[in-house]
Amino acid sequence: MLKGNSASPGIALGSALLIVEEELVIPQYISTFELEEARLGQAIEKCKHELTILKEKTLANLGEDKAQIFEAHIMILQDPELLKKTLKKIKAESVNAEFALDAVSRQFISMFEAMDDAYLKERAADIKDVTSRLLYTLLKKTKISLENLSGPVILVAKDLTPSQTASMDRKNVLGFLTDIGGKTSHTAIMARTLEIPAIVGLHNITSSVKSGDLIAFDGETGTVAINPSEEEIKTFQKKHEQNLEYKKELHALVGLKSETVDGIHIELAGNIGTPADLEAFDRNDGEAIGLYRTEFLFMDRTSMPTEDEQFHSYAAVIKGLKGKSCIIRTLDIGGDKKLDYLHIGEEANPFLGYRAIRICLREPEMFKTQLRALYRASVHGPLSIMFPMISSLEETLAVKKIVAEVKDELRSKNISFADDVKLGIMIEIPAAAVMSDILADHVDFFSIGTNDLTQYTCAVDRMNEKIEHLYNPYNPGLLRLIHLTIKNARAKNKMVGICGSMAHQKDLVPLFVGMGVSELSMSAMHILPTRKIIRSLKHSECKNLVDEFLKLGTADEIKTLLNQK
Amino acid sequence: MQTTTVKVLNDEGLHARPAGVLVKTASSFTAEIELSVDGDTANAKSIMSVMGLGLTKDTEVVITANGSDAEAALKEITNLFNNKFHL
Repeated sequence: MLKGNSASPGIALGSALLIVEEELVIPQYISTFELEEARLGQAIEKCKHELTILKEKTLANLGEDKAQIFEAHIMILQDPELLKKTLKKIKAESVNAEFALDAVSRQFISMFEAMDDAYLKERAADIKDVTSRLLYTLLKKTKISLENLSGPVILVAKDLTPSQTASMDRKNVLGFLTDIGGKTSHTAIMARTLEIPAIVGLHNITSSVKSGDLIAFDGETGTVAINPSEEEIKTFQKKHEQNLEYKKELHALVGLKSETVDGIHIELAGNIGTPADLEAFDRNDGEAIGLYRTEFLFMDRTSMPTEDEQFHSYAAVIKGLKGKSCIIRTLDIGGDKKLDYLHIGEEANPFLGYRAIRICLREPEMFKTQLRALYRASVHGPLSIMFPMISSLEETLAVKKIVAEVKDELRSKNISFADDVKLGIMIEIPAAAVMSDILADHVDFFSIGTNDLTQYTCAVDRMNEKIEHLYNPYNPGLLRLIHLTIKNARAKNKMVGICGSMAHQKDLVPLFVGMGVSELSMSAMHILPTRKIIRSLKHSECKNLVDEFLKLGTADEIKTLLNQK
Repeated sequence: MQTTTVKVLNDEGLHARPAGVLVKTASSFTAEIELSVDGDTANAKSIMSVMGLGLTKDTEVVITANGSDAEAALKEITNLFNNKFHL
């Protein structure tokens, strides 16, 4: 068994097609400048034509993002420095175009390969792809095309070029195996986009495999078997069937309730950042939006979005939900997310600094603009507004006062809005969790943000490798705070959800169900797997689990308890 | 010959898309346009030499333009840098 870097999950079993590009022999001969300049010019034109066709095909099949690869290739092809240096060499040495081009392109390729930046390093592959296209054209040779494959195959190559992956015959490609590349290399990204199993960085797969060899590999673990035994084939097939079975099982859960065996319903909601995320949310049968992060509207621009711009985005999401409820979180900027036009300035501890609601309360006009846009959008469907980074009752009351002012203002202008907009707070600062019994009297709901709650409760910066182990979801203090918050909300009949990454963690879901959580919110891909877990649970047993957990003193003991079954 | 100094504001530096926008804009002028940083210079119309500079966020770049539309070119390119290439 060979082992490489897992690039795209899935099992592939089939015969190998070895793609070995004939080593180009670049001839060197004396020629005239005029002749070679014309040859080079014609070759560039021909390649430009090919690339334009590829770009259009890619745009139609794979979308804008991937088509940009060819836009970049056309720029490299027409690069004035590449041309200038090549022509200079042709003239100075009276050599043929391909000899000069090969030498010049090697300089550029090795310059990019030597760069520290991973992104720029990868660009060497693009330059190689373009210049080799030009060399093939000059030498009147054709590259192996993957556009028409005669049957299903596993592609085995040193590496696949961007133009090969974009133009290949997708229905006949079972998987890719390559000698070089890492998880973020072009081939790996492309394989994931196309949902084709792939392993990269296998070092010498091209010398270990012949075309026609039977190959079985597991893209998830990165293991490859060449001409596997009956036994090995069976193992791979079994895993393949299990994968398919699991996918089918998940798909069968679409339309079913997220209910425990004994009939307790837990709302499974989606986290989204833009209206475009609704597509995946729908496909995975989300029941509501538990967190719509509005930051993206404010990022990558030079000034604040206007009230109308915001209104259109919020309204688009609310309308798109067709009656399902939607929790929209007000601006949560600061910490690791900055806006240049907000002039937050450098801070020694940005996560303990000027961020989220703290900014909004100091910049009430900005905050009111967002609130007006939200209230205006509320006529399009059920809306809840959630405020991040609340640490006290004072802040909660200050927020509610501003909300009341905004509503008065809208009323005085005869602008309509819904009467039943719910107001909630995020519980992500320990002080708020501890005060949740009192806070529950003043809001309609809580949503527990576990990522920040963990970092603030355990006083751990998770980017700091030395203390990474302290960022532990099983920390008993953290779980007790979550328990306290849920209990306090339930006692006042308030909705309480969890929207951090712990919400979909397999072994924690039963504990949260036992604690009495009403909603779990997560990115779309986790919704169906979580529904599957919930449908296997018994609420009474989950409650017992909570009693057991409360007796334990260490994170390890809790982890063991939750993974007992 | 005209010169001005700008700063890279884009978080990801002058990679990928910003570099593409810069090269496209520079190519629409007839003037010769160069970027220089600490003695390294690059032809602003060449994607490979612009990316080759490996410009990161907050780097100061001197832009030099030479030709009949040099002034307009500098103005537009400065604008691009200051507005994060509208990305």
